Amino acid sequence: MNGLFAIYRREMKSYFVSPIAYIVIGFFLLITGYFFANILSILIERSFMAQMQSQRMGGAPDMDVPGLVIRNFVGVIATVLLFLIPMLTMGVYSEERKRGTMEMLMTSPLTELQIVLGKFLASLSLFALMLLPTLSYHGIISFYSEPRLPWRIIGSGYLGIFLLGLTLLAIGSFISALTESQIIAGVVTFVIFLLLWVLDFGVRGASTTTGEIFKYLSILQHYETFAQGVIDTSSIVFYLSVTVLGLFLTLRIIESMRWRRA
Amino acid sequence: MIEVDHLTKSYGQSRAVDDISFTVEKGEILGFLGPNGAGKTTTMRVLTGYLPATAGTARIAGYDVFDQSMEVRRRIGYLPETPPLYPEMTIEDYLTFVARIKGVSATEIGGRVDQAMALTSLTSRRNELIKRLSRGYKQRVGIAQAIVHNPDVVILDEPTVGLDPNQIKEVRKLIKGLAGEHTIILSTHILPEVEITCDRVVIINKGRIAAVDTPRNLVDQRRSGSQVRISVRNSTGDTPDKLRQTLLSIGGVQGVEVSPVEGSELVTATIETGLGNDLRSVIAHHVVGGHFELLELGTINVSLEDIFQQLTTEEKAGTVTGPAATSDDLSTVRKENN
Repeated sequence: MNGLFAIYRREMKSYFVSPIAYIVIGFFLLITGYFFANILSILIERSFMAQMQSQRMGGAPDMDVPGLVIRNFVGVIATVLLFLIPMLTMGVYSEERKRGTMEMLMTSPLTELQIVLGKFLASLSLFALMLLPTLSYHGIISFYSEPRLPWRIIGSGYLGIFLLGLTLLAIGSFISALTESQIIAGVVTFVIFLLLWVLDFGVRGASTTTGEIFKYLSILQHYETFAQGVIDTSSIVFYLSVTVLGLFLTLRIIESMRWRRA
Repeated sequence: MIEVDHLTKSYGQSRAVDDISFTVEKGEILGFLGPNGAGKTTTMRVLTGYLPATAGTARIAGYDVFDQSMEVRRRIGYLPETPPLYPEMTIEDYLTFVARIKGVSATEIGGRVDQAMALTSLTSRRNELIKRLSRGYKQRVGIAQAIVHNPDVVILDEPTVGLDPNQIKEVRKLIKGLAGEHTIILSTHILPEVEITCDRVVIINKGRIAAVDTPRNLVDQRRSGSQVRISVRNSTGDTPDKLRQTLLSIGGVQGVEVSPVEGSELVTATIETGLGNDLRSVIAHHVVGGHFELLELGTINVSLEDIFQQLTTEEKAGTVTGPAATSDDLSTVRKENN
């Protein structure tokens, strides 16, 4: 346990003594902030138009603005994560391998599981730190919102994003363990994320079995129900199982270093 | 403290380490000597529990390096060929981290880190970033890292490689200072290093042990045919021939090699004599008596360098242990040297 915590602490420290954490978090907040304001103004405009229209035609306006905000905003975060998570995970193992520090970790009285979990928890913490400030956007809106914001839906939307991030981090660190080059790890991770993203593009709307499988595997499919306030157990199972698979494969790769040459 | 028993490590078809056995006593410094690619690093990696052996066993402080790996790793300090450093950390932070992952208890960490820095003369630079350090300092941090948890055994893989002569001297002194309390294995392909620092040497070549002994004994045992070298003035044209005849007539001389020195009026001769057979005065007597103008006379000492070369360049690559090498082997080597 101490070993895991030591790895975790070093990892967190190295995120914050290098510019990487600041760049990624800053970039993330900039983009999400910009899109949040954008989504909000477009939706307000649209709801205003809808209201005018309904007054002319009669009948109540039926537009769920807060719901649309969170749905769209979660979509933006998910897309940005595809680009930023590779930057967080690309160096996790590849740098250790290149510097030869992996050999030190592996000749220390640490289990491979402690190394993998310590590193994973550190990247997860950084991800959480990146995500938390965006909650303030909703906090600010809540002052002006009438009726009150649907916090339950916001909460489930963030749960979806958190699970997505968890999964992407696990996949990213697995790829980082495969190579000694940060750049290769970063690029390959990014390409794989893109593939997982567009996996269901060709089969959208198709109701064939293949279509269903592709849809299920498309990593971005699963957070959308969360953004509608539905906590879907099958999506939770999907994300958690991919995460566990990613960590398990990472563990095996690390262990296999003992059996390979050089 | 360390027992290696018929250890073999294969990568696919090739055997990096082939059936080696040796032991190291507590407090000893063992030199691991061999040309590049001889299997030194592989052996060390097996000892540190990084690589599993293909066959054979190794025990450290009584624990098997494979079956009781965690116990072994707690008792071992390891400096790989390139020091495993995190450039963005300060020396003190780094050593604290290493102490933590080596399982030093929280209350002892501060003291252990201070002590490791003091031993490696890093205390005054404790707050500097590792990436700003010179190579010699980085090496010292690497050594500090290997001793911070006060391990029983310290394994150093080519600790002086890439350092300047002053730094090399310092590092050697440092290593010598660690012995006694720690048992040390150090690998190198630099011979004087072994002669200066080590109590015992294992010479390894192509994955096999070529010799195990003290540096002193290795030299002594192979001084079976010590040599005398003389120079005379080449006054007449037939001096070389006459000199050879004169020298060969001396009892106890096993071989003579005479050669005129290009561009000077000197003729040198290298004379093979038997083990412990000091013929210097007899040779001097005969040479002067034969009306040669004797200018120089001296013995040639066999250095560890010669032995190393002899043991590692033999075509057969057979296992030569003990005083098996003959004077013929030595003269072959000597000729190559000259």
